[in-house]
Amino acid sequence: MNIINFTPLSALTGGLLIGLSVILFFILNGRMVGISGIASDFLISKDNRIDNLLFLIGLILGPSIYTFFSGQEIEISISNSLFLLIGGGVLVGFGTRLSSGCTSGHGISGISRFSLRSIIATITFMIVGILTVLVTNIL
Amino acid sequence: MNKIVSLFCGIIFGIGLVISEMINPVKVLGFLNLFGEWDPSLAFVMIGALIISTPLFHLFKNKEKPLFSLNFSIPKNKEIDKKLIIGSVFFGTGWGLIGLCPGPAITSIALLNVSSAIFVVSMFIGFYIASKTN
Repeated sequence: MNIINFTPLSALTGGLLIGLSVILFFILNGRMVGISGIASDFLISKDNRIDNLLFLIGLILGPSIYTFFSGQEIEISISNSLFLLIGGGVLVGFGTRLSSGCTSGHGISGISRFSLRSIIATITFMIVGILTVLVTNIL
Repeated sequence: MNKIVSLFCGIIFGIGLVISEMINPVKVLGFLNLFGEWDPSLAFVMIGALIISTPLFHLFKNKEKPLFSLNFSIPKNKEIDKKLIIGSVFFGTGWGLIGLCPGPAITSIALLNVSSAIFVVSMFIGFYIASKTN
């Protein structure tokens, strides 16, 4: 194992902001953030639909606001085939709803509550993610 | 007021994903590449988030009610069941294939990247299938 591209300071700073968002949403609105829950509830449930939509709009405004104030362009790179993008997307959507949480819902909100369910879910999707990358690298 | 909070919290979360670079699948796949060239950054994002949210959650959870809403809504399900494990396995597989989870995927719509848009639409199809089969 070699360590590369490690950016601890920006990772920690971004993490603090994510934690701030989670805790403000809880203290002020009484809800725990889970992006898969917010997004799928927006799609299928009438409850809190406007709040869920506004949160999602906020997410999408985030990059533009960052670029406006920092002057830095954001670059991402995705090089998967169409088939993998669709398969991966459906797996993430279906899986996060079956287990009622994703990286934010289980990994941050759930672990903050010391929820055993969320700790087990987080360990499971991390191990499976690591194994998937391992297999992808071999193939 | 809670509408403004929802928008504001979404913005803060989105900026957090940008600054931490978790919006870039390369960073996430770098973290999951534990047995190759490993990028531990994602662990620091989790640590940063948890050191804020954990103590404050336990400080406020017994308060009577949130500031702008009638009651706290905290998940009550404690069951460790097949759905939890199988769902997490499916999610981990998709996450490891592409390097996108729901938060970064939706945030990346702002960058008008065709691949991430295809991923997001497929993810919503996954949400819909799950809602019809559960």
